Amino acid sequence: MHPSSAERVPDARHSPWIENRPSRKWIPRLDLLELWASREITLVLALRNVKTRYKQTLLGVAWTILQPLTAVAIFSLVFGRLALVPSEGVPYPVFVFTGLAVWLYFASASNLASESLAQHRELVTKIYFPRLHAPIASVLPGLIDLSISLLAVGVFMVIYDVAPTPAIVLLPVWILAAPVVALAVGVWLAALNVQYRDVRNALTFLLQVWFFATPVVYGSSLLEGRWSFLLALNPMAGLIEGFRWSLIGAPPPGMWALGSFAMGAVVLVSGLTYFGLVQRRFADLV
Amino acid sequence: MSRAHSIEVHAVSKRFRLGERRYVTLRETLASSIRRDRVSGKSRPELWALRGVSLTVHEGEILGVIGRNGAGKSTLLKILARITEPTHGVTRTRGRVGALLEVGTGFHPELTGRENVFLNGAVLGMKRREIQRHFDDIVAFAGIERFLDTPIKRYSSGMYLRLAFSVAAHLEPDVVVIDEVLAVGDAEFQRRCLGRMSDFAREGRTVLFVSHDLGAVARICDRGVWLDEGTVAYDGPVRESIERYLDARGERASYVEYAPDPDRPVQLVAAGIATPAGAFLDAPRRDEPFAVRARLLVRERVTGLDVKVYLVTRTGLRVLEENLSDSHEGRFGEHPGEWETSVVVPPILAAGDYVLGIAVRSPYERFLDEEILTFQLWPAPHERQEAIDRNRIVQPPVEWRVTPPSRS
Repeated sequence: MHPSSAERVPDARHSPWIENRPSRKWIPRLDLLELWASREITLVLALRNVKTRYKQTLLGVAWTILQPLTAVAIFSLVFGRLALVPSEGVPYPVFVFTGLAVWLYFASASNLASESLAQHRELVTKIYFPRLHAPIASVLPGLIDLSISLLAVGVFMVIYDVAPTPAIVLLPVWILAAPVVALAVGVWLAALNVQYRDVRNALTFLLQVWFFATPVVYGSSLLEGRWSFLLALNPMAGLIEGFRWSLIGAPPPGMWALGSFAMGAVVLVSGLTYFGLVQRRFADLV
Repeated sequence: MSRAHSIEVHAVSKRFRLGERRYVTLRETLASSIRRDRVSGKSRPELWALRGVSLTVHEGEILGVIGRNGAGKSTLLKILARITEPTHGVTRTRGRVGALLEVGTGFHPELTGRENVFLNGAVLGMKRREIQRHFDDIVAFAGIERFLDTPIKRYSSGMYLRLAFSVAAHLEPDVVVIDEVLAVGDAEFQRRCLGRMSDFAREGRTVLFVSHDLGAVARICDRGVWLDEGTVAYDGPVRESIERYLDARGERASYVEYAPDPDRPVQLVAAGIATPAGAFLDAPRRDEPFAVRARLLVRERVTGLDVKVYLVTRTGLRVLEENLSDSHEGRFGEHPGEWETSVVVPPILAAGDYVLGIAVRSPYERFLDEEILTFQLWPAPHERQEAIDRNRIVQPPVEWRVTPPSRS
């Protein structure tokens, strides 16, 4: 019955001192080495999100596919049939499904990330771990849904007779880029949400506006020209058009995509910096 | 022989801006940063939870930290565990720090016992391999083998606690900081907690133990630090620290009222010694029954709310411990308002000094509230001084009979 930990007598004398001192006001503290060393925390938190999601649900994984399918049906009817929105020469349902799969992943991952600290008070106030694990763990589980959706897009491609092009070799790049973009936004939201309760309301609104400003239900060609700057400022625009190019053979994104990728990097770096500046106060605030 | 230090605290202070614990809206912050007016930064009221605290702890030492609510005990632990930063000063710890500020942090009710062991172990800082290595021990120590694959929301509160503590007990930290774990769980659980803490120290680990339970502190700690209003009021042998703490409370009163704290869901507002009929007593006598009365303000409903009353002698011996739930069957604390409890203690204790503890608790919650007050139980009116001075714990009404030798 006795815990077997007695077998190892700790020899702390050779361990380094760990210090806790006030951090300087304008220097972000991130400690990426420690983050890497404790990477298992990201995994268990992500697993917890995955496991709790499907426990005690009747349809389980079916929900993953039901939501985008319903949206695809509605948008195909409204924009594809009635409004005749351009879809870059690809059948509209295949076109919108690709966009929606990526967008829904982004929306749910950034939502989960925004709540990752504010909703887990006990994790923040009762134990120490590098706080960045929480938003990182939030953007991983959605990748399962995204993969399932992309497989379903493949089925649609067979049905609508859409053949992939050689650009498909770049698909893994976009799949890796998706969680990075979600994390860039998620890190900002997670840090802000600890401090400001209205982030939750703002996020719903923000995602709604963002959805229509992003080429999800329409093609980027609709905005090219005068409105190209909107695409260049939007990290999601490059990501979605990248997916469409690689997966369903839509035309490659224009030069504006470089701006879009740069913007993603700016949001990520600024988000991490902001997180590093304010995380020391999380436990006092939550 | 001087042993190596494993905790050093150098002139640590911690400031909280009052109102910071409350969420603010973005609009308020934007407005105040634009106008730079009274609402912003400096003029907000401040609270110094710690003021220039310094102490060092040796390897293998068990240090008890005592003091009343709000004295800064929990803040000190949180800084040592790096959950929050000090405002000034620095703390240094050597080796792995295992902080047990709450039992079962990170447990998820929908997940099974097995899944939660890995989840909880990881957030406490254990590697997957370590958890696997200790898995069987953890499960055996908790005694939940049969329920490993049951979601823990179906566990009884006792099983939940045993599992949570068992995970924490198998951490292999060099420095352990523990806050009020004894505020939850049954007597058996508390006994195991204390036993494990003593083991920790025997294995050469350093333990810093915060508790309201002075009896437990006296039993397992060598050294005591009394924190008062954020400063170290005394640092020395544990008995001495408890004596001084109790003396300084100046509440050798049979009735005390406590300041309201809106952050607490349930709070003690007053407590005292009274006659069984309810009138507060200045000088309870050992030969008459007395009642412990407590008034609680319930702000929000807490599941499983319970009141514990205990009496400890000045030497740390626990002579009485009763829970409301032990015998009370009726309704208690289920809607907001001021509730009152009273428990009558029959005349069995010896005259002398006692510490009365009243704890508000729930098996499902972290620490809710606990207060102690000291009082003197007076001798019976005609007792001789020599009889009063005897060192004994109970003095129930006894009856002597004498049978003289029969003359024959």
